[in-house]
Amino acid sequence: MENLLAKYYRPRLPHMWCPGCGNGIVTACVARAIDKLQLDQDKTAIVSGIGCSSRASGYLNFDSLHTAHGRAIPFATGVKLTKPEHNVIVLTGDGDATAIGGNHFIHAARRNINLTVVVYNNSIYGMTGGQYSPLTPHMSMATTAPYGNVDRPFDLYELAKGAGATFIARATTYHATLLTDLIAKAISHKGFAIVEAVSACPISFGRQNKMGGPAKMMKWQKDHAVMVEAMAKLDQTQIEGKFPIGVLYQGEGPEYVTEYQKVIQRAMGSGK
Amino acid sequence: MMKLKTIVSHCKGCGICIEFCPKQVLELNELGKVNVAREEDCVSCGQCELRCPDYAIFVRKK
Repeated sequence: MENLLAKYYRPRLPHMWCPGCGNGIVTACVARAIDKLQLDQDKTAIVSGIGCSSRASGYLNFDSLHTAHGRAIPFATGVKLTKPEHNVIVLTGDGDATAIGGNHFIHAARRNINLTVVVYNNSIYGMTGGQYSPLTPHMSMATTAPYGNVDRPFDLYELAKGAGATFIARATTYHATLLTDLIAKAISHKGFAIVEAVSACPISFGRQNKMGGPAKMMKWQKDHAVMVEAMAKLDQTQIEGKFPIGVLYQGEGPEYVTEYQKVIQRAMGSGK
Repeated sequence: MMKLKTIVSHCKGCGICIEFCPKQVLELNELGKVNVAREEDCVSCGQCELRCPDYAIFVRKK
């Protein structure tokens, strides 16, 4: 990590995330995955929206865009269409991706555009003071739900799969090595790839839900995450309250940028 | 050569490295920052570096 810090990070550390926040770990996994694939730093774009997690684009030394709330994916779509050879990685939060940018998220998945979306899922709007998001678990406490959150949360896997994403994976900050591998696989995948990174927010989520601090929250991830292959062998009572991690879905489909190039060819009067 | 390198100015004292160290090598100092107390016990497993959210501790493997 020491050499990656010099290579991929801008000299503006320490970052602004709270003590024990998992966002730093997820961002490190993104940097490790980029290093693992030896991506060209000048041909990699990092796009983010608004929120705690979206501050990551400011720390990473790539062509980076810090865009409007929920609009990271539309900006990334623009970058990808004009520079198809670039690796475009979107770093976004749970609220940014599924609430404010929910519509953009499902339509990018539907188009199967070749983007890598890393959703930092800390189950809460941390920066604004702990309001519940569409991924806050049912009956969890939030400042906007002092008697428990009545809403049912999205399952990001089901949402992305239903919308047409062709690569869906999930890992936690505890499983940082797995998370690195999954992000690397997602970048290599041709099509819309999403990685849900379950991350701890000890200040805004943990305190309200009495999770017991950063290390305890990571132990919670360890105890509740099960590899998807292992989960298939367990019965219903054993998987109560657990969630699967690993590559949840991988499929194939026509990729948007490739298809769009064909439209350009047709419009130019060639390639019949 | 030192096995562990720390950047104390990055550390926010969250205690994740201390909790996940299998050899109890680390502790918080009086300022609430990471301190390498028993470096001779370190087995260079890298658990602290892997999960440090603040890029404050690094393991130099031989």
